[in-house]
Amino acid sequence: MNRIQQKLQENKKLLSIYFTAGYPSLHDTVTIIENLEKAGVDMIEIGLPFSDPLADGPTIQASSTQALKNGMTTSLLFEQLKDIRKTVTIPLIAMGYFNPMLQYGVEAFCAKCQEIGIDGLIIPDLPVAIYQEQYQTIFEKYGLINVFLITPQTSNERIRFIDSVSKGFIYMVSSASTTGAKSGFGNEQSSYFERIAAMNLKNPQIVGFGISNKETFEQATQQATGAIIGSAFIRHVTEKGIANLDEFVNPILS
Amino acid sequence: MSYNINEKGYYGEFGGAFIPEMLYPNVEELRQNYLKIMGEPSFQEEFNQLLKDYVGRPSPLYFAKRLSEKYKTKIYLKREDLNHTGAHKVNNTIGQILMAQRLGKKRVIAETGAGQHGVATATVCALMGMECIVYMGEIDIARQAPNVARMKMLGATVVPALSGSRTLKDATNEAIRDWINNPVDTHYIIGSAIGPHPYPDMVTKFQSIISEEIKWQLKEKEGTENPDYVVACIGGGSNAAGTYYHFLENENVGIIAVEAAGKGIHSGESAATSVLGKEGIIHGCKTLLMQTDDGQITEPYSISAGLDYPGVGPLHSHLYKTGRGEFYSATDDEAMQAGLELAKLEGIIPAIETSHALAVFKYKTFKPNDVIVISLSGRGDKDLNNYIEYFNL
Repeated sequence: MNRIQQKLQENKKLLSIYFTAGYPSLHDTVTIIENLEKAGVDMIEIGLPFSDPLADGPTIQASSTQALKNGMTTSLLFEQLKDIRKTVTIPLIAMGYFNPMLQYGVEAFCAKCQEIGIDGLIIPDLPVAIYQEQYQTIFEKYGLINVFLITPQTSNERIRFIDSVSKGFIYMVSSASTTGAKSGFGNEQSSYFERIAAMNLKNPQIVGFGISNKETFEQATQQATGAIIGSAFIRHVTEKGIANLDEFVNPILS
Repeated sequence: MSYNINEKGYYGEFGGAFIPEMLYPNVEELRQNYLKIMGEPSFQEEFNQLLKDYVGRPSPLYFAKRLSEKYKTKIYLKREDLNHTGAHKVNNTIGQILMAQRLGKKRVIAETGAGQHGVATATVCALMGMECIVYMGEIDIARQAPNVARMKMLGATVVPALSGSRTLKDATNEAIRDWINNPVDTHYIIGSAIGPHPYPDMVTKFQSIISEEIKWQLKEKEGTENPDYVVACIGGGSNAAGTYYHFLENENVGIIAVEAAGKGIHSGESAATSVLGKEGIIHGCKTLLMQTDDGQITEPYSISAGLDYPGVGPLHSHLYKTGRGEFYSATDDEAMQAGLELAKLEGIIPAIETSHALAVFKYKTFKPNDVIVISLSGRGDKDLNNYIEYFNL
């Protein structure tokens, strides 16, 4: 069983953290992952920086731009991660836009992920239908779980379809927005969370976008299995560095 | 072989809709409805009426006698520069604003580089009384001040794109982000034959009025609907797509595209996408684009802001890959000289984008009996400052 699937079976609310590889400094990747695990995070999304991150707001854009300036590349990231499974046991997901993966070679990319011990991928601009037609066989050959997004605008019919293709969890985007655009949840989110919970989907859901602290984490995980924090974490490492990540994580999990 | 789009939204291997799920409902709504709406008689009637009475179509097909004498061949200029707002861009924005209305949208967003598409969008929004937000790179805002002023006069809000390189590519990113954040009431008017399916096809079809008119106009003048060659400049490629459209399947008509080589194809400052680009994904479609080995999209360069785009529409990638189109690239200098030549020989000052198409004669010699139609996509008023600086006028 894949590490993501194992983790999802634990009877707890999961905290997942996104960070941009190569930020704040080029070689922070491994330290950030190790420190996050030590701080009690359940799952990590390692962001591959991209020049044109369409679904991201200013915070993650800026971290991507800086990471690329620092010299991050796909090959370098794989090199940094080559021994990560010697020290880290929690699920690791690579998150990035499709073009850098396409240029690396989709099969070569997947093979490398398996070799390193990456458990899944989140590729916002690779739609479900194209994945099914062209890439599902390759991803599965290398034991990778591909995670799809749904939003408040996604129809129930399409959610059922995405649920049928998914093998790990569904990434539930909390509102119609780019990352980091909104903080806090209103009535719209509550009814969306309830609607999805009532669908009794095969896959558990993890909520992302708009989660920044204990309050929003708890709101998001009332029904969902877990929540993902990205922009707020990037802001934390920008201001406070990567050493004491429990300062960020503890208040959320306490 | 077909050069048209297939039912899945691809031209050969290029095209498709590589979009985040957040955009799926909007793009899918458009995909399901665009052909149906465009086919409605009331849509056609309103579209054609506006093109005639508001844009001033048909645009003339002008026999350029002195230019023809110089290059010893028969050259016609399709005068898109005489359209309202000064370029072909308005053909598409008229079509898309009518589309937006029929989809029940209340708010329009657009990206712009040089400002021509922004002005054309602001114009049709004023015409229809719709809210208009135009994203424009901070750097382009500084170098295209007159067009920024035009958009403001027309009631549009111009929002500077502050991310990345702060030019057209980033303005497009910002417009897409706006669409993600406003998923219900907003229509995104893309200005070129790029973006996720169905945009390349929809924009091409709105611009196809150019080749539709060329056919009957040429029939009147030459007794045949088909020229030997059609020539257009290519950035994203909307005027080219419209100029080629009705000739795509007729292989007796040569298709010529002229890209911007900037300071030279291999100078590191170029926008010659067909030569320098590799297959990849930009702004929602698979196409040829300029990128690093690592798949990061690189910054193009051209003296012409309208050709300063790192990708090319998927139709054009297909024409390039299959050999159906002949691709050339003109440097800044070649384009500027070709623009000056047209001014002196024919009394027409072209947009610098268009000047690239006119530089085709540097690269190709035509036969005396060849009939060539060049898309004169825009007029040069907006570029006067560039011309003044370049020629010390």
